[in-house]
Amino acid sequence: MAPIIVFGPLLASAFAGLLGNHVGHRTAQIITTATVLLSFVLSVIVFFDVTYGGNAQTIHLATWMSVGAFDVSWAIKLDSLSAVMLVVVTSVSSLVHIYSWGYMEHDPHKARFFSYLSLFTFAMLSLVTADNFLQLFFGWEGVGLASYLLIGFWYKKKSANDAAIKAFVTNRVGDFGFALGIMALFHVFGSVSFDDVFAAVPEHTDAVLAFAGMELNAIELIAFLLFIGAMGKSAQFFLHVWLPDAMEGPTPVSALIHAATMVTAGVFLVCRAFPIFENAEAASAFVTVIGATTALFAATVGMAQNDIKRVVAYSTCSQLGYMFFAAGLGLYGAAMFHLFTHAFFKALLFLGSGAVIHGVHDEQDMRKMGGLYKMMPMTWLMMIIGTVALTGVGFSFGVLGLLPWDLGFAGFFSKDAIIEGAFMAGREGVFFGIPAFWFGVVAALLTSFYSWRLIFMTFHGKFRGPKDVYEHAHDPKFAMAMPLVVLAIGAIFAGGIFKKDFIGENAGHFWHDAVPAASHGPAVAGDHGEAAVYGDDHTEADTHATPADDHGTDAAHAAVDDHAEAGEGDHGGGHHPPTWVLLSPFFATLFGFLLAIWFYLINEGMGARIAARGGPLHSFLYNKWYVDEIYHFVFVRGAKGLGDLFWKIGDMKLIDGLGPNGVAGTTLAAARRLAKGQSGFLYHYAFVMLIGVLGFSVWILVSQGGL
Amino acid sequence: MFGEFEAFLSILTFVPALGALVIATFRFTARNEDQGLIDRNSRWVAWLATMVTLGMSILLLANFDTKATGFQFVHEVTWLEQIGLGYRMGVDGLSVLFVVLTAFLMPICIMASGAIKNRVADYMIAFLLLETLVIGVFCALDLVLFYIFFEGGLIPMFIIIGVWGGQNRVYAAFKFFLYTLLGSVLMLVAMIVMFLQAGTTDVTVLLETEFARNAQMWMWLAFFASFAVKMPMWPVHTWLPDAHVQAPTAGSVILAGVLLKLGGYGFLRFSLPMFPEASAYFAPMVFVLSIIAIIYTSLVAFRQTDIKKLIAYSSVAHMGFVTMGLFAMNETGVQGALYQMISHGFISGALFLCVGVIYDRMHTREIAFYGGLVHRMPVFAAIFGLFAMANVGLPGTSGFVGEIMTMVGAFQVSWWIATGAAVGVILSAMYMLTVYRDVVFGEMTNPKLENITDLNRMEWLIFIPLVIGTLVLGVFSTLITDVTATAVNHLISNYDAALAASAQ
Repeated sequence: MAPIIVFGPLLASAFAGLLGNHVGHRTAQIITTATVLLSFVLSVIVFFDVTYGGNAQTIHLATWMSVGAFDVSWAIKLDSLSAVMLVVVTSVSSLVHIYSWGYMEHDPHKARFFSYLSLFTFAMLSLVTADNFLQLFFGWEGVGLASYLLIGFWYKKKSANDAAIKAFVTNRVGDFGFALGIMALFHVFGSVSFDDVFAAVPEHTDAVLAFAGMELNAIELIAFLLFIGAMGKSAQFFLHVWLPDAMEGPTPVSALIHAATMVTAGVFLVCRAFPIFENAEAASAFVTVIGATTALFAATVGMAQNDIKRVVAYSTCSQLGYMFFAAGLGLYGAAMFHLFTHAFFKALLFLGSGAVIHGVHDEQDMRKMGGLYKMMPMTWLMMIIGTVALTGVGFSFGVLGLLPWDLGFAGFFSKDAIIEGAFMAGREGVFFGIPAFWFGVVAALLTSFYSWRLIFMTFHGKFRGPKDVYEHAHDPKFAMAMPLVVLAIGAIFAGGIFKKDFIGENAGHFWHDAVPAASHGPAVAGDHGEAAVYGDDHTEADTHATPADDHGTDAAHAAVDDHAEAGEGDHGGGHHPPTWVLLSPFFATLFGFLLAIWFYLINEGMGARIAARGGPLHSFLYNKWYVDEIYHFVFVRGAKGLGDLFWKIGDMKLIDGLGPNGVAGTTLAAARRLAKGQSGFLYHYAFVMLIGVLGFSVWILVSQGGL
Repeated sequence: MFGEFEAFLSILTFVPALGALVIATFRFTARNEDQGLIDRNSRWVAWLATMVTLGMSILLLANFDTKATGFQFVHEVTWLEQIGLGYRMGVDGLSVLFVVLTAFLMPICIMASGAIKNRVADYMIAFLLLETLVIGVFCALDLVLFYIFFEGGLIPMFIIIGVWGGQNRVYAAFKFFLYTLLGSVLMLVAMIVMFLQAGTTDVTVLLETEFARNAQMWMWLAFFASFAVKMPMWPVHTWLPDAHVQAPTAGSVILAGVLLKLGGYGFLRFSLPMFPEASAYFAPMVFVLSIIAIIYTSLVAFRQTDIKKLIAYSSVAHMGFVTMGLFAMNETGVQGALYQMISHGFISGALFLCVGVIYDRMHTREIAFYGGLVHRMPVFAAIFGLFAMANVGLPGTSGFVGEIMTMVGAFQVSWWIATGAAVGVILSAMYMLTVYRDVVFGEMTNPKLENITDLNRMEWLIFIPLVIGTLVLGVFSTLITDVTATAVNHLISNYDAALAASAQ
């Protein structure tokens, strides 16, 4: 069953790609979509079997490389972590396949498009089901390839081609770190398989590696290098530059690859390799810092963008930052939970944006939109649902004892869990926990602002584009509408339903040993014992001795009348965040919402005026902190300059000048004169060689006195 | 099955020469008005001869005992026995795959020579002789024989470039000649010294001979001069871009696919096993040169305006991985280097064939001339894309396996070598994707391209085996490493033992 999940899309991709033009686009679409749907159905079965059924397993398929100890398999590893990813990937992929029936309806290259989508799905599935670092790397670069192909799908556009190259090369910079990390892993552990490496980590916590002239802790170094890879793939600060440009690709691609799945691979990697990161205090702190910085940075940039897709792209970047700082702080369950919910509402926002773009004749500039809610009410509703899920609308009624349970959309449960978890981790002494908490709160405010800004600029106020565009604006047809509705359902309920499994009292049962069910932070002195609670904690759930960093409640817990007090009492009050911490994301979100109303509804046009006036802050944000310009100057110009230097000075002047041309220039002229033929020196050469051999042979004979 | 049939390897080696003889007989006896007929038929004779060789090389591989150390299919004819000079042929795990690679690429080259219209029979003779001589290099177990094949193989190559090459072919062939000559002379001297010390030219005996440390140093350097030029290593690489640019397509395929491997094979056969102490001593220098080659030539490739030159520079960078892996002298490194050589034979060969496809149609290699080819040539775009990605080292293609293994091996020696090589992995993506974009993507703005046609049936046939090879080897690498494992381990354990002995 598992091989069908993974390889079905590959076969479908090959079919659509190789035979698409012969069998017709419709057939190619049917085959690819049906195959991915089949993968989805099977994934759901696997998901229940592995998580609730506890039937984790690894299927060995073949040997990829085997050279001495360097033994790498093709395998399918099914545990709770990969099962979650399987469901996320196949569900979003199925919906995007269906959505593309409508979105790409008039494209002449549909078969190629669906082939790429399925190819991506295969690569992503092989990534998440890897049982070793190298297969993960295979999937990692495979999704990079698919991303490259899909960003540049409209290959006539120079901007699309440039964006595709930028994405691939930037990812390669990350992969440079990842690959070195794998080499270091093999050097230290003598294996690249997850099981071997993770089992051996505790014995190697003191191992040192000479690197860059320093003696570094091997585990820290490995974690750091692996995270470089994650930064590239997940568009974290410094290596984020490709993601906004990737919006050149068709919108379904942005939803699938650049929101829900591929960009979360970095988060997946950190969670998958948690035994390494848990033992790498400094590297984890670095993860936290980069994640928190990205969460805030991308949110600030998102406030000043006018392209509807770019706003959502920066939002993705920012939300990935949340996931990373959660992982850096040791909140792996929370990171995965946010990954899970984010997949739904971000895919929803992207596909919704696609519906808007589709409805207004491929216009992406929000300055030329406005008031569209009348013409496309269904899209409007879907975008509202996506936005409230993203901004984390909800309220901790349960925790505060006001209602039996918390109420909120998906993002509320996962994002608040990260923000509150950061606070708790910080209080327990994990590096950068408290700053990460504040970054998270401020980013939540900004998230709310730019998300509502998008809604207001697009759907409310007056339409600012050509009149006929407005009159022809329309809600999408079924193929595009259906995925929106399904994702909206996910965006509403995914958080509330799965909270107890991902981060709540059922987490031990859910994750088994795939990620720590409940932990705070890496390498906090004396915290290791409890940090690594995984595996045998089945009894815990029975006795309700919940690992108590979790403030949440669910129906079962709520049945206890005085649950709040009971919780406090059991755990000495130290494990629940104070009320103000619980409420701060709520108020941050509310404040951002009100600001957006002020700027874009009540004083419509005020935002545009501020933008028009320019000002250094706006320019700074609008130009994305000038990171692209700096990179272009340093790296692109640098590489070109060095290339020219080496070529024209190094090769031509120095090597050739001193070598063949200089020394023998005159010989060449002489040889030409003598031979008068184009190949005169050939005979010359042959002659020299023969003389050599002959001389050698004669000399051997003579010197041996044999003759 | 062929164990008792001693001459099998020799027959395999000389079948192409026989083909050349057949063509030559007709070529030089026929009347002038029949030359057209002979030209046409010479293609078939050449193709047949190379296919027979390929079939025999597959039989060779099928009957090759991967578990045995030492040489197999040995064929000895004594000649001046008292001084140890003789005709000795044989293969081991280090060489057998190169024989197969050569035999595999040759029919493809013959098929890809459709654009050659003048002196076809001579051209085929040159290619067939080249095949015999190159296979001979990989099979020769005697110094003199090796030298004859090694240097002799260059003569048909000079002729191919010099007669059927581009406009500046004389300069290119001359440069090639100058570089090679220098290395050859020094290698010849070293061989004489080896013979003096060991009293034999038998490679199997020389492999057991321990040379004094001092002598090792000089001989290592002399051999290095020859092999480094062949690789080519930085800074003796500048002949390669010129030679490639001027060579006809099939010439480039053989040059990149097989002749560049002679240097790496030379290191494996002579330098590392025969001069272990010197190899260890000079290894850091090799690493430095390898890393410079990878980064320097990748950056130079990035700036090229001639597509063939770009791929030639890329070849130099990829050969840097080979030398790096070889001198890491651990199992992953050496296996990776071997893998990289075989894989590069497929990938660079295919890339030069891709260039040949558009060159045959448009007669220019200027990148700026092209653009938007995907609109008219979707199949070509897909195939060129696949090999561009393989060249970039995308996992799932054979290019990745070689690169990662050599880097893993190098990391065992030192972090900085692997780090330098990994920088090259970023750069390769830069230049390869850029050239791909400029040639294949974008609007088709050049009106001359409007009627360009996609791959014809012959071109399909040429590319299919290369596509399959690149992908299969990218996924099941043990197909190769199992063949080479015994020989590589034998090499390494002897090397380590020699170093340990000398340390005492």
